[in-house]
Amino acid sequence: MISSRLRGRIGRGLLLALFAAFFLFPLYAMADFSTRNLIQGGRTLQAWMNLVQNEMLYRAIIVSLLLAVFTVVLMLVLLVPTMIWVRLRAPWGRRLVEFLCLLPLTIPALVIVVGLRNVYLWVVYFFGESALTLTFVYTVLVLPFAYRSLDAALSAIDLKTLAEAARSLGAGWTTTILRVVVPNIWSGILSAAFISIAVVLGEYTIASLSGYQNLQVVIVAIGKTDGPTSVAASLATLVFGFMLLLVLSLVTRGRRPGGASIASTAAQKGRP
Amino acid sequence: MTRNGVAVDFTDVTRVYGAVRALDGFTLHIEPGEMVALLGPSGCGKTTALRILAGLDEQTSGTVAVDGHDVTDVPPNKRDMGMVFQAYSLFPHLTVLDNVAFGLKLRGKARRERTDLAADMLDLVGLSEHKQKYASQLSGGQQQRVALARALAIQPRVLLLDEPLSALDAKVRVQLRDEIRRVQLEVGTTTLFVTHDQEEALAVADRVGVVNEGRLEQVAAPADVYAHPATPFVAEFVGLNNKVSAQVVDGRAHLLGMSMPAARGSIGSGSGVALVRPESVTVTADPAGAASVTSVAFLGPISLVHCALADGSPIVAQVGSAHTTGLAPGVQVTVGVEPAELLVVPAAAKP
Repeated sequence: MISSRLRGRIGRGLLLALFAAFFLFPLYAMADFSTRNLIQGGRTLQAWMNLVQNEMLYRAIIVSLLLAVFTVVLMLVLLVPTMIWVRLRAPWGRRLVEFLCLLPLTIPALVIVVGLRNVYLWVVYFFGESALTLTFVYTVLVLPFAYRSLDAALSAIDLKTLAEAARSLGAGWTTTILRVVVPNIWSGILSAAFISIAVVLGEYTIASLSGYQNLQVVIVAIGKTDGPTSVAASLATLVFGFMLLLVLSLVTRGRRPGGASIASTAAQKGRP
Repeated sequence: MTRNGVAVDFTDVTRVYGAVRALDGFTLHIEPGEMVALLGPSGCGKTTALRILAGLDEQTSGTVAVDGHDVTDVPPNKRDMGMVFQAYSLFPHLTVLDNVAFGLKLRGKARRERTDLAADMLDLVGLSEHKQKYASQLSGGQQQRVALARALAIQPRVLLLDEPLSALDAKVRVQLRDEIRRVQLEVGTTTLFVTHDQEEALAVADRVGVVNEGRLEQVAAPADVYAHPATPFVAEFVGLNNKVSAQVVDGRAHLLGMSMPAARGSIGSGSGVALVRPESVTVTADPAGAASVTSVAFLGPISLVHCALADGSPIVAQVGSAHTTGLAPGVQVTVGVEPAELLVVPAAAKP
């Protein structure tokens, strides 16, 4: 009995080590390469300093971070009320909304860019020539992921009853959504936001094809002349995304859908 | 604490969903401070009536008035109605106290005031020691009591109870039922209680309205609904009924060799079916009797004795368990009916 348990443990440890090696080795290689002094030998942090010192790279980082923030805000503002509304008032439209939200997954980036060219003439006309106008495409691009997260969170609560209870207690629609629904789908909102950030920070094709300089485009450009800096930027993005997902998993695990604290979760486990 | 309730009037309210008339000319007057239970099978329209009063559904035609004012165009959040739902409806992210104080917060009450008021309400439903818990830490019965406290905290003009007990187990249901009545009498709020459980309705309400296919069949005090059902449907739905073939002659019903007055609403003359409650049926062991016992179900204080009449038709008698000695399956018996008014309906009527 014990020996089989022990064997299971060893097997699990072995697998974990294998996976860790598989995933961490490239990261280690990137870290090693980005801190190497290619000309004089030895170590240097110049590549990492370039993240803020290289004007083009620094600006691209800012652009990508801003894009991530704007995309998340626009996505939440569009999607959360729509999904709540569809569930409460127009259940017949749920399949349609789901289909529309998942559609971007099935369309290749190239097709999106070509299709968007005409639309962007207008976008540029109204908002000016700025990489930040990519917010609109990215919002469409993250819809499938955000939809899935929010849909799961909304399915986990009794939305109709909660909304009706709030309404009967005197809450208008805005109050109902902000004070009752949002706190109860908080984990879904967080995961939608984090996944969207990860998607936006890693996006290359659309930005490159439409001629805007976001982080990935600049990394590729720099990579042609300065290897270590582009690798440093890639690693930074990877680690940042990894940390986001880690925080996400910690936050959503510690926090019940109800939002009760960890202590209350423990108290609940104590109950028969 | 005591508040005078307000009157509620449904006038000819109709609600049509596609081809279904969920409510059909529904008219009901509720006195200030009164508790009316709407009783009916699922899908009869009783919940629709409650939701229309709450503003969560809209009538196709007709008017709903609260305290004499038409509320048709008032959105639910402005109607000032406390509602307890069938499903557990506490906000999972708030503590019990914050749940109860939610409506007060929206009404701009200061923190101190709303906390005090909410605590009072929790006292009223006997849950003051659970203030800081979350809904997920409470039992179903406790959650519904908090929901009741939350609905009452806003001092609603009308209290709406939408099958608040149906998710609970039998024992808690009876406890909470009595508790709801006690609290309702204490605060004196006009209350509409919707249920499909006749015992529940009869036990708590001042008046019971029996709803069938979107129409009110009868509204009367519980004892009246039980003793003098106005229609075959009411007779059938409120209490278990035997159907015994009977002849009506000159306003009297003749059945089982006896004769008793036919109730209002009975057929004028000819043969029909008398609706007889099990507790009005008497069974006596009698070797010469034409009927025989088919089975006896022991239910504790009472037993149900199933018999077959001479023509083979079944009849159920409710007998005190102390009086069932000698009544075993196969025993010949005489079946009688205690003298009272009986409702006789046409034999073909499907109540």
